[in-house]
Amino acid sequence: MSIKENEEFRPKIVAFCCNWCSYAGADLAGSSRLGYPADVKIIRVPCSCRVNPMFILRAFEKGADGVIICGCHPGDCHYSTGNYYARRRMTLLFSLLDYVGVEKGRTRVEWVSAAEGVKFSATMNEFVEKIRSLGKNVRLEDLRCRN
Amino acid sequence: MQELISRIKALLADKTVDRVLGWKAGDMPYNPEPAYFETEEDLKDFVYDGFCGANLSKYMIEASKLEGKTLVCLKPCDTYSFNQLIKEHRVDREKAYIIGVGCKGKLDIDKIKAQGIKGIKSISGAEIDGAADTLKIDTMYGEKTCSYADAMLERCHVCKGKEHMIYDEIIGESKDTADGNRFDEVAKIEAMSPEEKFAFFQKELSKCIRCNACRNVCPACSCRKCVFDSNKFDSAQKANVVSFEEKMFHIIRAFHVAGRCTDCGECSRVCPQGIPLHLFNRKFIKDINAFYGDYQAGADVDAKAPLTNFTFDDIEPGERG
Amino acid sequence: MYKIAKANLPALFRLIAENQELYLPVNTADQVNFAAWTEDAQVDLDKLKTVKSPKDVFFPQSENLYSCVKDGKKISIEPEALKEQNFVVFGMKACDIRGVEVLDKVFLAEPVDSFYKARRDHGTIVAMACHEPEESCFCKVFGIDCADPAADVAAWMIGDELFWKPITEKGEALTKLAESLLENADEAKVEAEKTAIRSIVEQLPYSDLSLEGWNGDVLMDKFNSPVWEELYKPCLACGTCTFVCPTCQCYDIKDYDTGHGIQRYRCWDSCMYSDFTMMAHGNNRTSQMQRFRQRFMHKLVYFPANNGGMYSCVGCGRCVEKCPASLNIVKVVKAFQKQGGSNS
Repeated sequence: MSIKENEEFRPKIVAFCCNWCSYAGADLAGSSRLGYPADVKIIRVPCSCRVNPMFILRAFEKGADGVIICGCHPGDCHYSTGNYYARRRMTLLFSLLDYVGVEKGRTRVEWVSAAEGVKFSATMNEFVEKIRSLGKNVRLEDLRCRN
Repeated sequence: MQELISRIKALLADKTVDRVLGWKAGDMPYNPEPAYFETEEDLKDFVYDGFCGANLSKYMIEASKLEGKTLVCLKPCDTYSFNQLIKEHRVDREKAYIIGVGCKGKLDIDKIKAQGIKGIKSISGAEIDGAADTLKIDTMYGEKTCSYADAMLERCHVCKGKEHMIYDEIIGESKDTADGNRFDEVAKIEAMSPEEKFAFFQKELSKCIRCNACRNVCPACSCRKCVFDSNKFDSAQKANVVSFEEKMFHIIRAFHVAGRCTDCGECSRVCPQGIPLHLFNRKFIKDINAFYGDYQAGADVDAKAPLTNFTFDDIEPGERG
Repeated sequence: MYKIAKANLPALFRLIAENQELYLPVNTADQVNFAAWTEDAQVDLDKLKTVKSPKDVFFPQSENLYSCVKDGKKISIEPEALKEQNFVVFGMKACDIRGVEVLDKVFLAEPVDSFYKARRDHGTIVAMACHEPEESCFCKVFGIDCADPAADVAAWMIGDELFWKPITEKGEALTKLAESLLENADEAKVEAEKTAIRSIVEQLPYSDLSLEGWNGDVLMDKFNSPVWEELYKPCLACGTCTFVCPTCQCYDIKDYDTGHGIQRYRCWDSCMYSDFTMMAHGNNRTSQMQRFRQRFMHKLVYFPANNGGMYSCVGCGRCVEKCPASLNIVKVVKAFQKQGGSNS
């Protein structure tokens, strides 16, 4: 077996985290010394409903293998109702992505509060594991972005 | 059609309306074009037959900006789009006089040609009064026939019904031409493996030439400037490159019209490459119905649209959904 | 004159494709377009018109010009390689060939477009006569004879046989390559086919379309005509007519950020689009009427004015078939005729 084949697959994962809950949750995970894989790149957004479907497709285009959106628990949104709208949008979008052949496991929404550092870390570990099992995303990737 | 034309003439004559939006006979038996008529003289070219598939609701966006009232001929399925446009404040109800025209299914010339019929000189049986079960087609290569049902547009096989959702008056009879369930095709794809789904859409979308006809004909795509036309957007609206751009375009377009698409089928009708674009929209409609309760865009102007609404116990996205 | 049985065509394609690319009409998901031949390609030579014209073989819808690659602080620029291998295009029709001649006027004039020229130099065209012309065809109006197409090789599909006549040196070379599969034939059948095709062309509804009054001299008359104001109204401003057209040659140049560099590419543009020829000061055509007028004025007035009277419409009829609003160049010409010639 060549060295290359032996190399472990390191997925690229984009996490959109809401500023008020999940980003603080990630912070708490960090300050509590709870680990999560470095494959997860966090992008801070003001609210989970700021995530435009185009952001998700763009992430896949540029080579992401999985995309996760984290927001406040329903009912706890800093703007009262943002995450309720996000929930409907993402339900429909993820269902459509599954319909065009992007496996359901590659997209995920998780509600993580500022106090849930443990949940943040566990979710990310779980998600990375899932993407590792699914392998590289080639379905929505723009070939021009390959190295 | 005579009844329709005399009524239109009367409405023009007594100044109830200033102009008429209808269809003008083309130079072939099957290519009428949407057109404005302002005088009785103009109306000699007016036509309404089986090939008048175009949904004139979209043209009403521009017509609403004109001075005075526009008479518009809408088929039952077009009235859903018109209602939806009222809801989105894109057309002015006060400036429209709607004649609900009868419809017994509209024809798709490509389906006729796909049967190997070419060199068409004339077609009989497509007239709106006394439409025949069989079309008689005179071609340069002999007489041909084709059943009316086989030549119908895909959308007519899943007709939403013969009722007009909005009108000032109705002229002519309509027929519900549905002979299938509109979600059958969607369900068939849903049952495929991810590999098969991807292969199916890849094959269909690889034909896309980025002409934007689907977007420009769509009554739901009524933005003054489309996000794909923005020069600040680093994806081009016209380049078909390494298969990503067209996927992005069609997925995002379908998402932007989700909950607003009335399933009028214009996108699939106009696609020069015959891509079944309605499959994207119908997937959203099917999901909306399943997750948030049955909803038909354009049926009711006052109903709240599914994507601008929520309940506390909505279904969760993704795997758990 | 040579011939080959229709049943032997797959063998011919395999032979040609052995050491060069072969483009021909292929059916993908129910639509026939020019594509590269492969063993499982569903070749369809019976379809008269492909949806897109074969112009992409010489002038692809999108093509890279160069890429910038960033490596640390170093940026390197790599131009895209020019076409170096020979290839064959099989089954272009007479109108498509005239379309390429129109493109030649644009891209082979100084300054020469090197990407286009490389493809033209390496391509061999096998043209096919139109067995059964259709009602949307009007190539006769432009003096094109679809019964006797002139390219590197001319071919006729008659019954179960394909007749093959090399015309140029490139054509002779291709004929030599395919020698083992071709047999000698006499011209009688081909002559009969030509007569049959021409008699059908005579009866086509658009064959008597008159272009009287359309030339480079009538520029301002036509430009200022009120007819445009009426004509453009059903236009949806999509680019279908442009993208199926064998002669539309406008393109846009864009940069794509790959995350580790830039790819500069060009892609077809359409004068129907709101951002067509957009510049820093804005756009010089601000209404759809102006954009619509541009397309037809270019084909029938500006192009002949600059190219010795050659129209940049070839009468293939693709726009006639594909326009979502059933508008087309024939309706434009007829509308002007109806309005009483050039001055209205």
